[in-house]
Amino acid sequence: MRILSLASPSPWARALNRFTRNNAAVFGVVLLVPLLVCVLSYPLWLGHLPNDIDLAAMNAGPGGAHLFGTDGVGRDILARTLEGGRISLLVAVASVALSTTIGFLVGALAAFGGRWADAATMRAVDLAMTLPPVIFLLVLASIFGSGICSTVLVIALLSWPVLSRMIRARLMELREREFVMASRGMGAGTWHLLFRHGLPNSVDVLVVYAALQIAAAILLEAGLSFLGLGVPPPAASWGNMLNAARSTVVLEQYPWQWLFPGAALVLAVLAINFIGDGLRDAFDPRSDLN
Amino acid sequence: MFRYVSRRLLIGLGMLVALTVLTFILLQLTPGDPIDAYVDPNVSMSQAELDALRARLGLDRALPMQYLAWLGQAIQGNLGYSLQRQSEPVLGLIVARLGPTLLLMGTGLAVAIVVGISAGIISAVRSNTAADYSLSVVALLGISSPAFLTALLGLYVFSVRLKWLPSGGMLTPAASFSVADLVQHLILPAVLLSIGHAAMIMRYMRSSLLEVLNQDYVRTARAKGVREFWVITKHAVRNALLPVVTLIGSTIGLAIGGAIFIESVFNWPGMGLLLVNAVEVRDYPVIMAATLVVGAFVIVVNILTDLTYLVIDPRIKVS
Repeated sequence: MRILSLASPSPWARALNRFTRNNAAVFGVVLLVPLLVCVLSYPLWLGHLPNDIDLAAMNAGPGGAHLFGTDGVGRDILARTLEGGRISLLVAVASVALSTTIGFLVGALAAFGGRWADAATMRAVDLAMTLPPVIFLLVLASIFGSGICSTVLVIALLSWPVLSRMIRARLMELREREFVMASRGMGAGTWHLLFRHGLPNSVDVLVVYAALQIAAAILLEAGLSFLGLGVPPPAASWGNMLNAARSTVVLEQYPWQWLFPGAALVLAVLAINFIGDGLRDAFDPRSDLN
Repeated sequence: MFRYVSRRLLIGLGMLVALTVLTFILLQLTPGDPIDAYVDPNVSMSQAELDALRARLGLDRALPMQYLAWLGQAIQGNLGYSLQRQSEPVLGLIVARLGPTLLLMGTGLAVAIVVGISAGIISAVRSNTAADYSLSVVALLGISSPAFLTALLGLYVFSVRLKWLPSGGMLTPAASFSVADLVQHLILPAVLLSIGHAAMIMRYMRSSLLEVLNQDYVRTARAKGVREFWVITKHAVRNALLPVVTLIGSTIGLAIGGAIFIESVFNWPGMGLLLVNAVEVRDYPVIMAATLVVGAFVIVVNILTDLTYLVIDPRIKVS
């Protein structure tokens, strides 16, 4: 055992090392990667398209030509589950990209904008964090209407407050550090401080937030679509496939039509949560102490 | 202590005012002209007549004035009339739904607290054992499954396949009221509602208790020869519960979200079902009133949580 190591590994290398030693996180990767490969590559190997109608097999059970069965108009459930994965993940990633940007900018405004901007934004964040998210999701969705773009917008508008608070705390802490003061003393402007020093030093916060938020966004999209307010048919998403189960007949007699997309949804969210938890521990230097 | 309480109440009041402003802004954003809901479409009206009506209803005034007028009415309990069920006051619709929702959420929360805290204690005391790992995986599974999916699954297994419990509603229609009937209808949705919350409480309780178990006073208690059972229950758990109380209070909003889905799957006649139905037909007065009532409820619960803290954590009184 070396007590003093002159060439110590970089923080990133140590984080990566912690991540790969975390069994749950690795399990998440092992779960997510094959799912992603299937979702992205399915038109190459699956003989069915998500909106192809097979009139000879309506409400057919799993097995035979349709591995996961078909729905009420003879569409292949496997193809729709995989296509639904594309749409659900697309909505999740797009909304997270948008909410990460908003969250970072609002956090920056609070940290660099002076006392009043800070107080105003943080009170707004308090309010946004107190209110029940699903209620506002429903209200916003009822105003903006359904559709992929408005779903992305609605989810993004609801998710940024937590991030902006974390970014604010990080930037406030950085503001007092010597290298930032030195940079400021040499005449650096706010934008330079923000994007040259603030952004690179907040990457860990952003990555962990984004990972866990993708899981949350998948759940929000599924909830909205389940109530018929998110992604509208005939496009497939995990949520709007589950919407079919609101009919008693489908729920009771054709369980494969909602069990498979439901299982895909839980697997994806579980895997991403494992990875997100792993990333959070990996970026936390204190976790080596345990 | 008086300062703490008054400060907290003042912040809460500010939040309530902000909530009404937000609701009013959202109401303005809803598509359609409010005057359309007021005039009979079969009677043609000239622009001058419409303007006169607008002036009479106060719709021509500046938005801040309209807000104050709306707020004055809202405080007196006039939240407008439902568009879908003509001339039915919104307040009556909401009051009728409050009881069932509170019953469902209260039961669900009680189950979640008992299960979550016990599982968290077991997981922390037996940390890094098979029991801990399996409980942690189950908890993450609970957090990763949306409420409507577990609701569908529970409905399918327990009422469609096993036929143990009724599939929806709060009481058997056309039967006289009995507590047993209500409990039968309540069990499944309440337990399913508690899953996500229990998982969250368990994870929090586990990490909080693990932290406390490393404290010096726990080592002191053990060194004195206190039995392990009493070390855990009297010294560790009591202190570990403090942050968990805050968590329970601050996640009420999330629990309401879950309740909306559970109510819509189980046809439970509560606020969630009212809101979902109103959203489906775009009944904006009902949507906004429900938002206002639920938001106010959450803010009040948060204030109460903070005040509870005062009772259970004596350190706050000192500072």
